[in-house]
Amino acid sequence: MPFSLLRNALSSDPCAKPDFPPPPPLGRSYDVVIIGGGGHGVATAYYLATRHGIANVAVLEKGYLGGGNTARNTAVIRSNYLTPESVKFYIASVDLYRDLSNELDFNIMYSERGQLTLAHTDGAVRAFRQRCEVNRHLGARSEMLDRQQIKELVPCLNLDPGHLPVLAGLWHIDGATARHDAIAWGYARGAIARGAHFHPLTEAQDFVVENNRVTAVKTNRGLIQCGCVVQAVAGSSSLLLNKLGIRAPIHTYPLQAMVTQPVKPFLDPLVSSSALHCYVQQTGRGEILIGGGSDPYPLYSSRATLDLKEGLLAHAVEMFPFLADAKLMRQWAGITDMTPDYSPIMGRSPIDNYYLDAGWGTYGFKATPICGVTMAELVASGGETPELIQPFSLDRFSRFRQINEMGATAASH
Amino acid sequence: MKLMPCPLNGPRNITEFTYGGELVAMPDPAACTDAEWADYVFNKTNPAGIVREWWLHNASHYWFIAERDTVTDDILRTFDPGELFTARIDFAPQPARQETPS
Repeated sequence: MPFSLLRNALSSDPCAKPDFPPPPPLGRSYDVVIIGGGGHGVATAYYLATRHGIANVAVLEKGYLGGGNTARNTAVIRSNYLTPESVKFYIASVDLYRDLSNELDFNIMYSERGQLTLAHTDGAVRAFRQRCEVNRHLGARSEMLDRQQIKELVPCLNLDPGHLPVLAGLWHIDGATARHDAIAWGYARGAIARGAHFHPLTEAQDFVVENNRVTAVKTNRGLIQCGCVVQAVAGSSSLLLNKLGIRAPIHTYPLQAMVTQPVKPFLDPLVSSSALHCYVQQTGRGEILIGGGSDPYPLYSSRATLDLKEGLLAHAVEMFPFLADAKLMRQWAGITDMTPDYSPIMGRSPIDNYYLDAGWGTYGFKATPICGVTMAELVASGGETPELIQPFSLDRFSRFRQINEMGATAASH
Repeated sequence: MKLMPCPLNGPRNITEFTYGGELVAMPDPAACTDAEWADYVFNKTNPAGIVREWWLHNASHYWFIAERDTVTDDILRTFDPGELFTARIDFAPQPARQETPS
């Protein structure tokens, strides 16, 4: 180490190597075209290369790497869902997250702090008990806490906000957070190093469909022939599906979040309230991150509204009264593709070689690694849907087999 | 504050209203297939552009139709549903439900 330091000090070459080479020229043909260069898209490219040896892959991104919802989410990782289908799926994701820094040789700043969800009504307590039992049965670490235990865990929390005293809490020990940008950067670096092409500023605009197969993707930079296509475009899901005439139960809503100025560390777990529709956590930089429910009506715009801030901040102050003195530093929004049952739409589409990773609404970040693994498996097998994602198929709606996760998702992401 | 021009109550704060979904024609529930019914219940066009949708003014419980741009959030026009629904719709009679002993 000292010698290399000395050598580099005397050399005119910079010793730091860039993580990403400049984008290669756009190829005319790829085995797999992935539309969407967020976490899900680049994770799929990464696992295609590492687990299936498929590297003739292009990731098309209309903006820049991880610039959509990957950069806009609140980085919550957890598996304390309600239905066995979801719990199994998210447990697999949390397991991959735990080892991801090693796997990618890139520090994703994984921080396992636990997530506490507060119940303010008898109904919520019953629902939490059910979640707790389902979680434990399948191997996720969840337990019920009473008021005294909550008080010991988060001493600065107000247990009697207004007319909604806290009755109990769902303590999810596996709850964690990580650096969201690093997920996209780490996966993209690994995929590019193994031969995948990442094309920023390349927008998929239309498709050439022959015999119910997509044979080429029309982009703003020209036509690309393709063996198959994976769609992972979050809030723009309906726009691409409409071009192919695929009907889907997706509504696009903005989801707003905000952070305060940084303060000294005081809050270790992620704290979320089911009745106040508000969750609060402290980031590694000391900012208080505040998030809540989606906007009240659909929109393809990440504009801010005062209404939402007023409501959300009032609830955050109910939970942590001293936050009233903190100043907001940043506010932003993501464009989310919501489904009626708050579960994703993954797997095959009515077009033979067009695969869907959509409907990720407000819960896509925590599933990034397992989405990459399962979508890569789906593509590599030529359309055999992995067991883990079979319940999330698009046709579950026409079979009336929804996976209802509204209660476990709507306000705690 | 964003204003919604209600056809009945005039311009009001949009927080007084509830969004009610895209305006789509309902198939005859007694005559359509399960697939057609599922399509009606679940699937959305969800366009980025001008869309016709149902809205409810909560306080007066008045349903109306708005034309709104889902990219700019501009409300272009609101009108009473009576402009579109001018005749009574009679669906085929439902088959009598079997009473189950309790």
